[in-house]
Amino acid sequence: MGIMSRFLAAPVLAALVGFGIAGVAPAADISGAGATFPYPVYAKWADSYKKETGTGLNYQSIGSGGGIKQIKAKTVTFGASDAPLKEEELKQDALVQWPMIMGGAVPAINVPGLNPGELTLDGPTLARIYLGEITKWNDPAIAALNKGVKLPNTAIAVVYRSDGSGTNFLFTNYLSKVSKDFEGKVGAAASVQWPTGIGAKGNEGVANMVKQTAGAIGYVEYAYVKQNHMNYAGLINPAGKKVQPEAKSFQAAAANADWAHTPGYAVILTNQPGAESWPITGASFILMHEKVEDPAAAAEALKFFDWAYKKGGKEAEALDYVPMPASVADMVRKTWAEHIKDANGKPVHAG
Amino acid sequence: MADLIIAEPAATLSRAGRYQRQDRYFQWLTGGFALFVLLLLGGIVLSILDGAWPALRQFGFGFLVTETWNPVTEKFGALAPIFGTLVTSIIAMLVGVPLGFGIALFLTERCPPVLKRPLGIAVELLAGIPSIIYGIWGLFVLAPFLQHHVQPFLIDTLGELPWIGALFQGPPYGIGVLTAGLILGIMVLPFITAITRDVFDTVPPLLRESAYGLGCTTWEVVWNVVLPYTRAGVVGGIMLGLGRALGETMAVTFVIGNAHRISGSLLAPGTTISAAIANEFTEATGDLYTSSLIALGLLLFVITFGVLTAARLMLRHLERRRGA
Repeated sequence: MGIMSRFLAAPVLAALVGFGIAGVAPAADISGAGATFPYPVYAKWADSYKKETGTGLNYQSIGSGGGIKQIKAKTVTFGASDAPLKEEELKQDALVQWPMIMGGAVPAINVPGLNPGELTLDGPTLARIYLGEITKWNDPAIAALNKGVKLPNTAIAVVYRSDGSGTNFLFTNYLSKVSKDFEGKVGAAASVQWPTGIGAKGNEGVANMVKQTAGAIGYVEYAYVKQNHMNYAGLINPAGKKVQPEAKSFQAAAANADWAHTPGYAVILTNQPGAESWPITGASFILMHEKVEDPAAAAEALKFFDWAYKKGGKEAEALDYVPMPASVADMVRKTWAEHIKDANGKPVHAG
Repeated sequence: MADLIIAEPAATLSRAGRYQRQDRYFQWLTGGFALFVLLLLGGIVLSILDGAWPALRQFGFGFLVTETWNPVTEKFGALAPIFGTLVTSIIAMLVGVPLGFGIALFLTERCPPVLKRPLGIAVELLAGIPSIIYGIWGLFVLAPFLQHHVQPFLIDTLGELPWIGALFQGPPYGIGVLTAGLILGIMVLPFITAITRDVFDTVPPLLRESAYGLGCTTWEVVWNVVLPYTRAGVVGGIMLGLGRALGETMAVTFVIGNAHRISGSLLAPGTTISAAIANEFTEATGDLYTSSLIALGLLLFVITFGVLTAARLMLRHLERRRGA
């Protein structure tokens, strides 16, 4: 037995020690999980916040679905989702939801001979392209929107995002709003069954596929278009105005939304009114429990979000995200005070 | 030694007893390890079955034969991923097996000794490249190359032929089922090559040299001496490669085009079981959706198990025929 026990003791001890170390991980870190779309900006904020306050953030960008599951299972302090949960779903699990950061999707194109933004599309035309009904760039429907622009007789290669994502949700949500046909045949979700085209993985996959294929159209996050100097199409918004994807057109969409009267701030910013609004804009959301089990952790998380609303704007803009307007941030702070409470009913966030 | 036993019978006996006990503990320990694998496998199967149950109950047998995969209406069918998994694996085998065989034969039969080691190491290094690197290389290098140079040529030549022409129709996207199959072929190459080379090396030189002595050509030696002697090992190598091709995820996800559609053309986009799971699992929110993805995993498990069983049966059949 002597040899055997010596044999066993070392690895078992090592394992125990290992577990022990893992068990006493710094308790001060804020834990969250969810959406991948806002991950770069959350990571950037976390970095600055840690330098300023010493409190770190452990955010796992496992996807919105995973984030929702984890917050429901109470394994994290906050969850993050690109698509807002509906009011019933929030009530069912006693969750509080608010928008944290915004971004937008942009149709990226590869049509030889056109400058970025020179081509204009509207929602119904975009929907018909993605339904496979418009197959040439010089189709009369596109030509009617682009008088004076020389359109080539090239086949349209439709590219979509194959992995489930918030970008997919925004894009299909927009197309469903502007085209009954698209809503009926495809619908809006983080991944859908596309009737035509080819699926590329991630923003980088779509961007690459569009760049490589003459005649291609795809849709990527705004940052990708800007940073990769891609060719893109402008859109005609519900006000009938031609708009370009830029920070001010995203902000216009947010400013014109009716946040105050929408339960759970569940506003999807696509196809918003306003002459300057970019029609494929969206916010990414945070989820927390109404009655928190660990008030200290929840308070730390809310302090971080409060800081991000106050001081995170510049960093978000540098990464081509769009910060929430101050008016919305104020509403959200009120929501925290009213709804997020500890076991004794005392608000967690000091305000 | 005899003196020792007479001198210290008690000590020797107790030492023998200790050795015996140690042997017993050793057996328990190693047996426990083996049992652990079984428990692990059983646990995985059970949890997959549990996760897949809602989808299987909802769709029943229809899950296997439906092409629709619509997360919006929550109608799911696995036909397109099953089809894609099988087709890409077949292409991979069509590419990987002859190439791997050829390399192994060259290395064992014809290769100048100076080249043998560098070539062997190069092939083994291919196995060490992470699959995401294959995916990125496939997307940024291989796909554009195929798109601009190979696929237009295939469409203009093979695409014009009757029957097989249908396999090469449609626009040259660069990515698609064919590209995924080619990448997989390259990925399984090192497995097939390394194993076949190693088993070819086990052929006793006596057998080989006798055959050469009788005036056999290299081809005859390989076909009549080396292959019959190493049959089991070669089949094992191919099966290992096939197993990898069936389950490979990341590289395929990048280059297959990820469309839940079945197309007659190899140039069209498709999907595989593992690619569909990798693409969609993170953002799958509905219970039925998640469950359907797990059911896909179960199917992959069943397919892989079936392939392994078929290989075993084939081997046994071959052995019996040789024995008779």
